[in-house]
Parts: sequence; C-alpha cells; structure tokens
Amino acid sequence: MHDAVPTLLEVQNLKKYFPVRRAFLSRLASHVKAVDDVSFSVLQGETFGLVGESGCGKTTTGRAVLRLIEPDSGEVRFDGADLLKLSRTELRRKRRDMQIIFQDPYASLNPRMKIRNIVGEPFIIHKIHTSERDDRVAELLKVVGMDSAAMNRYPHEFSGGQRQRIGIARALALKPKLIVADEPVSALDVSIQAQITELLRELQRKFGMAYLFISHSIPVVEQLSRRIGVMYLGKLVEVGTAEQICWSPKHPYTQALISAVPVPDPGSRTKRIVLRGDVPTPLNPPSGCRFHTRCPIAEERCRKEEPMLRTIGDGRAAACHFAS
Amino acid sequence: MRNLRTSFFSSNNEVRAVDDVSFRVEKGKTLGLVGESGSGKSVAAMSILRLIGPPGKVLAGEILFQGRDLHAITERELRSIRGSRISMVFQEPMTALNPVLDVGSQIAEAVLAHPEVSKVSKREAWAHAVQAMRDVAIPDPDKRARDYPHQLSGGMRQRVMIAMALVCRPELLIADEPTTALDVTIQAQILELLADLQKRFGLSMILISHDLGVIAEVAETVAVMNAGKIVETGTVSDIFSSASHPYTQGLLAAVPRLGSSRTRQDLNA
Repeated sequence: MHDAVPTLLEVQNLKKYFPVRRAFLSRLASHVKAVDDVSFSVLQGETFGLVGESGCGKTTTGRAVLRLIEPDSGEVRFDGADLLKLSRTELRRKRRDMQIIFQDPYASLNPRMKIRNIVGEPFIIHKIHTSERDDRVAELLKVVGMDSAAMNRYPHEFSGGQRQRIGIARALALKPKLIVADEPVSALDVSIQAQITELLRELQRKFGMAYLFISHSIPVVEQLSRRIGVMYLGKLVEVGTAEQICWSPKHPYTQALISAVPVPDPGSRTKRIVLRGDVPTPLNPPSGCRFHTRCPIAEERCRKEEPMLRTIGDGRAAACHFAS
Repeated sequence: MRNLRTSFFSSNNEVRAVDDVSFRVEKGKTLGLVGESGSGKSVAAMSILRLIGPPGKVLAGEILFQGRDLHAITERELRSIRGSRISMVFQEPMTALNPVLDVGSQIAEAVLAHPEVSKVSKREAWAHAVQAMRDVAIPDPDKRARDYPHQLSGGMRQRVMIAMALVCRPELLIADEPTTALDVTIQAQILELLADLQKRFGLSMILISHDLGVIAEVAETVAVMNAGKIVETGTVSDIFSSASHPYTQGLLAAVPRLGSSRTRQDLNA
C-alpha cells in the first residue's frame, strides 16, 4: 500500500564536514564529520523521525537538507529537483515548499516584530500578494489554536507553548509539502509537549504535508513517526518503521538507547543495558564501527571493518556486522 | 519539612513559590519531588539549606533534620551541616563548577571547608578528592583530578558534582534535576551510579525532577508539586498506578511512552 505513495524527499550520501582550525588563520587541523554519508527518504505526507543523542548530526542533517547549511557532497532530491544543484533563485522558489520549525521558541521569533508580521513574513518574502494578508494570518493563528487578537502583540507576551504555535503557524503559511521539525517540543513542559505533538499530528491530517521530525527522545519520535532513522556520530545506524525500531531494534545502539528510556511505571524496573563510557568526539571517530568503543557485543572485526547500512528484510536496515 | 512557605517579592507583589509544603524523607530512602517548570520544587529544596537569597524569603515552616529545626539554627551552625551532612547536586554541572580551578581542588575544597568532619591537610584533602572520584567511577581519577571542567564531558562533570557532594559522607543528598542536561544513555549511567552509592553509603535522597520516568525509576515515595503546593504524595506504586489528583493524572497521561506505534494505526500511512 505504501508503494503507491510517491517519494517526496530523497537524501543520498549526504556529507557535511566542519573544518576545525587550531587557531585563527592557522592551517586546517581536521574536520568534524557531523554528517557522514547519510541516506534516507521521506514519502509524501509521512513523518520520518530522526533520533539520536547530542552531537550525532541530526540537526545538521535537517539543515543540510534545506540547504540552510551547505552540504559538502551528496544528493538531496526534493519533489523532482536536485536541491544541491539549484541556483539561489531557484532554491528560493523551492523553499516555499519546505519549511522549518525550530527548537527554541524564544530564539526563533524576532522580539521586535509583531505576530502579524512574523506569521505574515513568508508572504512578503515570497512575494505573494494577497490583499487580505491579515485575514490569512488570522486564519493561520486559528488553525494552530490561537486567537487572532494575538496579531497585534509581541513574542514576549506569550508562553513557550504559544510561541511554538506561532512558529508552526509561520511554517504553515505557504502550505509547504515538507516541514523539518527540529526538536519542536524539547524546550517545553510535558503537558505542553503533548498539546504540540497533538497539534502537529492534526495539522498533518488536515494539510497532508510530510515531516522530517528530529528529536533526541525516542518516545516523542515514536508518537509521530511512521518510520524512524537512528543516528550515532554522524551515521545512520538503523532505519525501520516506528514499530520495528521501538519493539525489535536490531542495532545494539538502538537497543541501548531504547533500554535507557526511563519508564513512568515503577512496576517495570527492568535490567537495562547501560552503555559504558561517553560518546566519542566526532573530530576523531573510532575506527571501524563507530559504536565499537561502547558496544556490548563488539568483536575484533568491529574495530577494523566499518559496517555498511544494509537491508535486513522487511524494509528495515541496520549498520552492524551482527544484525540479521 | 513542615508547612514551609517561601515567597519572592517584587516592589508590589508577592509570589508564593512554595506555599505550605510538607514532606518527609526516610533514612536510606529516596523521595521524588516532581512537577513542571515553576512548580516550586527547586525552591522547596533550596529552602532546606537556606540557599534562597533576596528577593526570596522563607517565611514560615519547620525543616527538621534529625530532630533539629534547620530554619531556627544560626548561619554558623547551618554551615556545618550544609555540604557535609546535607549536600546538593545541581542540574547544570558546567555552571555549578568553577571553570578556572581543576576539579580535584574543587572537591578538596569541600573537605577543607568542613574541618568539623575531618581536620586534614591539603594533601590529605586531595587524596580524599581522588578517592571520591574513584567512588563515582571516574576512570583514572589521579589524572582526571587535574582536569578543568571544560575538559570533561557532561556525564563526567556530573560525576564530579556527585563526588563533591559525597566527599564528606552526607546523610542526605538533594539532587536537583541531576540528569536533565544529559543524554539518555548517560542519564542511565548516572541513575545507576546514584542507586549504587545510595546502597553503599546508606544515603537518604531527595530527587527533584520533571521527568516522571526518572522518578518512577529511583524513588520510593513521591510528592507531586504544582503551583507551589504539593497536590499529592504517596508511594511510587500508589502514585503511578492509582493517582487520585487530577493534576497527577494529567501529568501521567502527558508523558510520551514507548509503545504508541503499537496502539495506533492511522499514522500517515
């Protein structure tokens, strides 16, 4: 049934290395391999979740897809176009269809602009002359559950959850086909998180856009995503449906990540997999499998040979020598 | 703690951050204090050690620690308790540590600040510090003690904070969101460490968290706070299986749990 749904976004071998200089103007010392050969695809109207811990490259991936950060190599096919080959003007036109919601609702709204102008700005940027811009803004605010009276107020007059709704309204303004949601609920209290998650789900049902949903929290990603990709140190280590990833993870990192999630049920205090050590620095990632320094089942081979992300049946893939 | 009230004042306003709050921590056990931002959980904990500065003020209440009212004793008496018999771990290890002092010295400082616990030389204090770092499972503590906070990862910094809190062998540890700034796999390590230390040293603990999952994992009793008041207390199993207060029920319902992919089918298929 899913075969019938066309692919909206296809990312292939995406790479982004950040150069590191030891001192000002000195020679290039090395690179942080923030995103290293990442491939995945997002179907029209689906939610693809990207999950991983701090520094795994999930945010860089999200931004590189939109070319908010220029990727070093790879291919990003969006709605029939190769984004990385587009000129500036072509890209700008394409951006109408892809929007982003940021993590920090305090930093992502200009404190000196009224909500009317924040939510209405996409129309100005994309030179869409609607004579009733205010009506459109009011309508958008209504869609995200806010009163149109909010138009004449400034961001500081709103709570975190409300600001996030404003950010969502802005992202919705041009009826995009894809919204990259980068940790949209992480800065919020749980009760507000639940409201925003529900809002995102409802909006998708109503407007049918796809989400690339980025979060460090597996339970949050699972709530919204049909498929999930797990990242570790700049690599995708496992991809599968939400159910596959959350209920029968194959990669030892995914298993540990899921096992580490505290469960709000004192009856289920089970023995968890506690990983040793810290996440190594992406400046100098471990040889072979990047996870081998913390992996409970690592063998000699893992130190030398890098496992490729390979299909292990049922549309799922894992980058581990032992996954099957 | 009985009927504690702490307020913050502005020129014409009083904000009751903690309003008539009572709870108790049993020896060797963990009390989980849970609530959302602004519920007053941190202020309640900081009131215990008189860490509330102006414009805040503890207005009323008794804080009984082994029969003594901490609210009534002098600052000097309190100083002999704070950091040695009751100590605290904060959420953000980067801001709680001094960036220009190596971590070993910072832990040793805690020993030297409490001559009433053990009167030691600087060299002995350093040895205590290294041992404390070993206790919290920091690998290679002799070397790491000479590191500065920025050279350590978030998880290691939090271990240093815990070492500092435990170096004087306190009876009560107040941990204010000790794992909130950490990734889940590191959080699992720290929670395991706290449980292990508690068993080893017979520590009593107040664990403050907004995360019901973390609370469920480590606490024996739970107090739920909202808007400065405790809305419900009980054992973990009571709170999590049969919460009676609507606020607690709402909070529990809002927690994202693993397993939603199994129970729904509609998702953007």
